[in-house]
Amino acid sequence: MVVWNFTSNGCGMIFFKRFIFFQLLTVFLFAEFEKDLQLKLILAEPGDTIKLDAGLFPILGTLSMEGKENIVIKGSGINSTILSFSNQVEGAQGLSITNCHNITLENFTIEDAKGDGIKCQYVNGIIFRRIKVQWLGGPNTLNGAYGLYPVQCENILIEHCVSIGASDAGIYVGQSNNIIVRYCEAYNNVAGIEIENSIKADVYSNNVHHNTGGILVFDLPDLLIKEGRQIRIFDNLIKENNLDNFAPKGNIVGKVPSGTGIMIMATEQVEVFKNTIIDNKTAGTTVVSYFITEEETKDTQYNPYTSAIYIHDNVYWRQSQLPTLDHEIGILLFMHFFRNVPDIIYDGMPDPKYFSRDGTIPVNRKLCLKNNSNASYLNLDISSNFESWYSPFFADFSMDEKECDCMQDPLSEVNLPLFD
Amino acid sequence: MKVARKLVLYFCFTSFIFAFNSIFDHAHTYLSEYDFFEKPLKKHNPKANVIPYKIASPLFSDYAGKMRFISVPVGTKISYDTEHNFIYPENTFLIKTFFYFSDIRNMQSKKRLIETRVLKNTSSGWIALPYVWNENQTDAVLSLAGDRITSSWTHYDGKTIEILYSVPNMNQCKNCHAFNNIQQPIGPKIRNLNLDFTYSDEIQNQLNKWISIGILDSLPDFKTIPRTVDYNNHKDGTVNERARAWLDINCAHCHSRGRPAETSGLYLDYEEMNQTALGILKSPIAAGRGSGGRKYNIVPGHPEKSILEYRINSIDPGIMMPELNRKLVHKEGLELIQTWIKEMAPLEK
Repeated sequence: MVVWNFTSNGCGMIFFKRFIFFQLLTVFLFAEFEKDLQLKLILAEPGDTIKLDAGLFPILGTLSMEGKENIVIKGSGINSTILSFSNQVEGAQGLSITNCHNITLENFTIEDAKGDGIKCQYVNGIIFRRIKVQWLGGPNTLNGAYGLYPVQCENILIEHCVSIGASDAGIYVGQSNNIIVRYCEAYNNVAGIEIENSIKADVYSNNVHHNTGGILVFDLPDLLIKEGRQIRIFDNLIKENNLDNFAPKGNIVGKVPSGTGIMIMATEQVEVFKNTIIDNKTAGTTVVSYFITEEETKDTQYNPYTSAIYIHDNVYWRQSQLPTLDHEIGILLFMHFFRNVPDIIYDGMPDPKYFSRDGTIPVNRKLCLKNNSNASYLNLDISSNFESWYSPFFADFSMDEKECDCMQDPLSEVNLPLFD
Repeated sequence: MKVARKLVLYFCFTSFIFAFNSIFDHAHTYLSEYDFFEKPLKKHNPKANVIPYKIASPLFSDYAGKMRFISVPVGTKISYDTEHNFIYPENTFLIKTFFYFSDIRNMQSKKRLIETRVLKNTSSGWIALPYVWNENQTDAVLSLAGDRITSSWTHYDGKTIEILYSVPNMNQCKNCHAFNNIQQPIGPKIRNLNLDFTYSDEIQNQLNKWISIGILDSLPDFKTIPRTVDYNNHKDGTVNERARAWLDINCAHCHSRGRPAETSGLYLDYEEMNQTALGILKSPIAAGRGSGGRKYNIVPGHPEKSILEYRINSIDPGIMMPELNRKLVHKEGLELIQTWIKEMAPLEK
């Protein structure tokens, strides 16, 4: 194994002069650090560890690794190695990893990328460990979309990571398989953690706070990988996700109401349990179909409904407070409930393909609620209550939790054989 | 100073680079070592088995001019599959040099070569090697990590443009050239080559020429071979054909099935027929601020409401498309796309 180290070449004075010189040139030229690191990413051989020294390093273009196997990129600490992209002139991502196998990223920060922080595509086996992606200056529409962004990957482990300020999702896993997200913190993002069009994910023991929406599980149309399923969300702290939505318009996440704890949309087989869901002002948990977005789709293979959702053993707690008034659903809740909105909101749109002859849905395809503490329930029943724009304001919504009083088999645990 | 820095860099790395990296089984350090051209190298007078070619609709690269050459090993031929895709023999080279005239309107003005990209078809697939020209224009040196080069010229409107031209690194080459994770040439598709070229001795259709000099298997139904229109030429096709040609060469290397931007569900290749996949009233997936506050990729009749238009009209790295290798808006291409969207009939819902 070869270990490359970014240290000074030891020629004290010469190095110092060079250092000053390159500092001055940094804004315009290809800084040596960046070029060296990029070259190492290109030439890395299986088994290599690429080490990054402590320091703040300005980077002007996307760093990329392509077609590699068994590589570790290791900084000297989550807060001590900082790659800053605030002057980025080319490429949308900070770090891009494509078409790789067994890659570990550890102990560094990516800051102010123009687009996504770290994007991984076609990677089988990717570990993010103690990685921070942030946009300085707080929530801003001009921030990049995703912090950690594995898409079309397999066997993903994201742990002890931090994401701050993403204008879409801080930690976003899309069109992927076999995923664990744990011990992470996400705040000041539009969505804290989002699992989209993905199969088999365990999202647990994360601290997700002060985002617009805490944890989202979505299936979207017109994508190659559809039918996301088997997602477990457990042991998370999901608190005060009441940030105003600052997603650029046109993005689906822009439709998430401020004050959403967990949102499950158009997907199936999701188990939400043992979470602590506190003071999310609009909805602790919502379970909705794609129709809620009021977007149309021509994707005939897309299933816009939710089914087999099991929410149990969670602790809800919500101070009496106004829901968001920036969103139609918030206004509707405000009109009906003023400051005491329900915790679990269902749009009442079961998947019609599971209707049995007597018009009921079998238990294993229902929304089931069990043993949640302090949880009140609301069924919007949008198919009968939303015929015209004013009708929901006069509707008599069901709040009878008994219609969801059922249990489902627990989903199985995600195993990442590569890393244990 | 620059040369000195490069030398330092080389001495730092050569010691271990050459020891174990397979790239260097295929790559020469200097372009001159390949022996593609007569001396002086910068004139690009090709040697016997190096054939110049052009493509119907080229990728926009910040108004850089391009010289393209192909070299097929003596005694071997390019064949093609049932879908008219070329199958190149091993050790085929595609060579492309990017340059600027000091005055873009005047082909006699001083020509400065910037970079040469060499694509080699090895036994394990294509590899892409970027070479950067030295200041004296005597040779180009392998720059796997890419480079940034200040370039300036007098533009069509008489104004001077200065940009930090970016030479892609080896990975970025692959990001565009990968199809199902295997690198492929982008430009020389059969329908992109089906046009006349002025050779030193004759004007001839390029495919015919390649057949006659024995580097290409004869094609079955020559007349049925499609041809991409030249998007720059108003007379060469309808707005739709020209716009689709522009999108194909500028976008589809990522935005089509099996390619890196397939995650977006937006497919812009010449052959795409699905209206939603083409972006018509399609919501963005991971556009972030690239959406520019617009709701759909294409709103027929309304370029000013279409994300596609917004992104090709931007030079902000977090917004612009294509993502790489562009510091300027392709004004002519933008106008074409604007016209195309404007003239598009509204879809019936």
